[in-house]
Amino acid sequence: MEHIVIIGNGISGVTAARHIRKNSDKKITIVSAESKYFFSRTALMYVYMGHMKFEHTQPYENWFWKKNNIELKQGFVSAIHSDKKQLAFKNGETLSFDKLIIATGSKPNKFGWPGQDLEGVMGMYHKQDLEKLEKYAPDNTACNRAVIVGGGLIGIELAEMLRSRKIPVTFLVREASFWNGVLPAQESKMINEHIQEHHIDLRLSTNLKEIKTDENGRVKAVIIEETGEELACNVVGLTAGVTPNIDFLKESGIEIGRGVKVNRFLETNVKDIYAIGDCAEQHEAIGQRRNIEAVWYTGRMMGETLAQTICGTKTEYKPGNWFNSAKFLDIEYQTYGWVFSERGKQENEAYFQWQHPVDQKCITISFDKTTHQFLGINTFGIRMRHEIFDKWLTGQKSIEYILEYLADANFDPEFYKLHEPEIVAKFNQENNTNIQPKKKSWKRIFSKT
Amino acid sequence: MKAIKQSGLVIFLIGLVFFIGTIFTGSFSLSPTDLDTFIKEKNYKSTVIKSALEKAIVTSEDLNIFQFSSRVTKAYESSNLYYDNLIQKYNKEKNWKEKGKQYQYKISGKPHSLSFGLAKKAGKGLAAEHTGLMWFLTFGLGIIGALLFIVPDVVLLGKPGIKNDGIYLSAATNRGWIGWFAFVFLVTFYILLYFYPDFIVNWVFLVDPISLSISGNPASQWFLYGFLYCTVMSVMAVRMYIKYRHNKYQILRTTSVLFFQIVFAFLIPEILVRFEKPWYDFKNAFPLDYDFFFRWNLDELLSSGGFGLFILVWGVVLTVLVVPIMVYFFGKRWYCSWVCGCGGLAETLGDPYRQLSSKTLLSWKFERIVIHSVLIFVLVMTGFALYTFFSGASQIIGIKTQTIQDIYGFLIGSIFAGVIGTGFYPIFGNRVWCRFGCPLAAYLGFIQRFKSKFRITTNGGQCISCGNCSTYCEQGIDVRAYAQKGENIVRSSCVGCGVCSAVCPRGVLKLENGPEDGRINPTEILLGNDINLMELVNKK
Repeated sequence: MEHIVIIGNGISGVTAARHIRKNSDKKITIVSAESKYFFSRTALMYVYMGHMKFEHTQPYENWFWKKNNIELKQGFVSAIHSDKKQLAFKNGETLSFDKLIIATGSKPNKFGWPGQDLEGVMGMYHKQDLEKLEKYAPDNTACNRAVIVGGGLIGIELAEMLRSRKIPVTFLVREASFWNGVLPAQESKMINEHIQEHHIDLRLSTNLKEIKTDENGRVKAVIIEETGEELACNVVGLTAGVTPNIDFLKESGIEIGRGVKVNRFLETNVKDIYAIGDCAEQHEAIGQRRNIEAVWYTGRMMGETLAQTICGTKTEYKPGNWFNSAKFLDIEYQTYGWVFSERGKQENEAYFQWQHPVDQKCITISFDKTTHQFLGINTFGIRMRHEIFDKWLTGQKSIEYILEYLADANFDPEFYKLHEPEIVAKFNQENNTNIQPKKKSWKRIFSKT
Repeated sequence: MKAIKQSGLVIFLIGLVFFIGTIFTGSFSLSPTDLDTFIKEKNYKSTVIKSALEKAIVTSEDLNIFQFSSRVTKAYESSNLYYDNLIQKYNKEKNWKEKGKQYQYKISGKPHSLSFGLAKKAGKGLAAEHTGLMWFLTFGLGIIGALLFIVPDVVLLGKPGIKNDGIYLSAATNRGWIGWFAFVFLVTFYILLYFYPDFIVNWVFLVDPISLSISGNPASQWFLYGFLYCTVMSVMAVRMYIKYRHNKYQILRTTSVLFFQIVFAFLIPEILVRFEKPWYDFKNAFPLDYDFFFRWNLDELLSSGGFGLFILVWGVVLTVLVVPIMVYFFGKRWYCSWVCGCGGLAETLGDPYRQLSSKTLLSWKFERIVIHSVLIFVLVMTGFALYTFFSGASQIIGIKTQTIQDIYGFLIGSIFAGVIGTGFYPIFGNRVWCRFGCPLAAYLGFIQRFKSKFRITTNGGQCISCGNCSTYCEQGIDVRAYAQKGENIVRSSCVGCGVCSAVCPRGVLKLENGPEDGRINPTEILLGNDINLMELVNKK
């Protein structure tokens, strides 16, 4: 029986394992050093915040793996001997495979800051980071201030976590406005304000120079690059992005760049070895996507795809329309299609923007200047239907069409106030058009074309 | 603000101490004339009960309620024992005529209910005589304290949004010592209410004036329960309004359950009594209202003229037509989390405990066995009751209808719905009764599962498996198991509280009533991946 070994029990590896099991009776082993059972990394924050217990982050009960005949092996892989088709573990054990899937995910970036390995300095990525945070920042007497370095999605989540225990937080963001490499200015500005409303000391255009230690090797303070200011703190969160977690592959003969190089079939240069998820790097980007996509959804999609190949239906990784989501403190964010920030805006791209006068809600619709084709939407504080936008993107609808039928896409809970009329009125006024918003229609929502 | 909150807690606890303390106050004794009137009212044929009671409770001694109760129950026991002995004696003598005569002298009724009736007449002291003051020190301080504890959250919780910080870090909401204390308190309360009403007669005194003003009658322990129920729900509804102030679905739903509890379950029935009509809760549908088809109820309705007949017809129409039709259009939520009193308490008092329901597959299996057994039980019992009503025969195949009714009333009506159903909130979550026991919920569940427009829609491929939805599902549904596969949630037990949708950080879940076609949508490959792959695999 063919033995499939998967290194990494995150969403990519586990999805691959589940789908291989559905389609075959191959022997499957999932190897992980982090935790025996699969848990949702995105939910770690809720454990610290007291919304959940760690067990709630595990999507499958513990009996699931045995019942589905998926073996779980705890251990840290130190090397891959591709020629012998064998894994070597740190403790000296070995494990043979017929096919190997590398799904080792990412690790937090460290940019060589002095003091970056001190006690009390941590990322917010692994289960062990959560345990560290519980140790160094259990409450605001043990931790009088935390400094977070790096203004991305994990940074703002870490800030939210610490604030849930009333710990003062200083948030150092390199950019002039939060996440403005991705978000248009309107939205970035709204999030800036929202961060401050949560009593987070947001420092824009600010870089870390060094982390200072006390006599016990613990964090004592950080020094800010621009001003030289010294900020006393007990915890430093490094959340300046992630890189593929592939150090152990250096001697393996598997081609690596920033990640494990794979072709469209998620195959590495070595036969029977594949890579999926955060650690996989496409030779050439797919559409407007990045070569490395460190996103939950893409990891899952790669797992779904590769399982087909492993089970005999050779399948190319061809993700559909881009989508993503996040939550910035209280503000939910969804995106469908491509909306680039002003910094990354394409030649042909134009915005239509609407913002609620009081509530923290806004949208940016991106469209082609000349053809008016709808390119993508960012929506904040308003939920939208994935299926509808996917259909509109595939159908290459115009922005006028999108606005006319916007009510079909609304996914807010029942009885919420709807804003389509205001949104369409603004577009009509700006563009001298006369679009009449249509009422929501179940028939259209469920039509297949 | 924090100081207000803390002083609110202190005031609430003082109120609670007074409330519990009230039980032990007062003295209980009857004057000879009071006893005479009582015996006459009751029309007892026993010749020994009067003297037994006279010896027991016509006294100048300072009896507390427990002594009083013990003496009264002993007096009744001695009277019944006296006639039991006579029965045995005539039995031995084979004097069948005399033996048969003795049964009429026996006094039926639960000892503690008989004792409650007497205690209501015999009570003196703080609760009975300084009712207003004592009401303020118990209910008053409790309400004021609770509100002072809750209302500052408008500021303390910060901006509107999901506020679940620290729930699993608190002893109150994570089965800590506060949770266990609440558990003991609630269980004790229900045991006293159902089985030892005389012990809490002082609490009933506190609500006598309110009962008199509504129905014109002094309060019973059930009036006390109704009043307490409405009070607790109102106060905890304020908490819901603050916690979910960003969520209109929750606000409207809370208002709705509160309205139906206060108006339909509490005020209207009491006012009906004032106009000498049968006590009836128009929204309480059979089989939750399990004694609707009992002989005594049918007799009472049929003897109440046109209005009684109207109730009878409405009760049947409610169960047979209104309930299923509404479930078809809106799901069982229209009843369970918008109208029902049990649901109302679960969604207000019980909201802090919703995360404690078990999500394991094992508990789901257990749930299906138990709830459907209760449904079968209530249907069989009702069959017996109707047979008895129409045929007049008190038993079928050697089983007495009355016995079945008594067992159901005790096991399901009192122990399951009350003691376990509410008492276990702080340990097993707030829908223990609705999830494992309610036969109406089981009935609605069938319709919701197989013939309804209601579903919780999963938003394409947006789920990140975080588990907030499953954690906060009071019905113990593993919502995430569906959402992470891109499948809609169509489950018979879902009461449509809407909290899974509220706590989802990625906008994945939406409760909605849509076309039946495509309501159940099993998927293998989620939206967002290659369209051809989706089609290939999903069609397999």
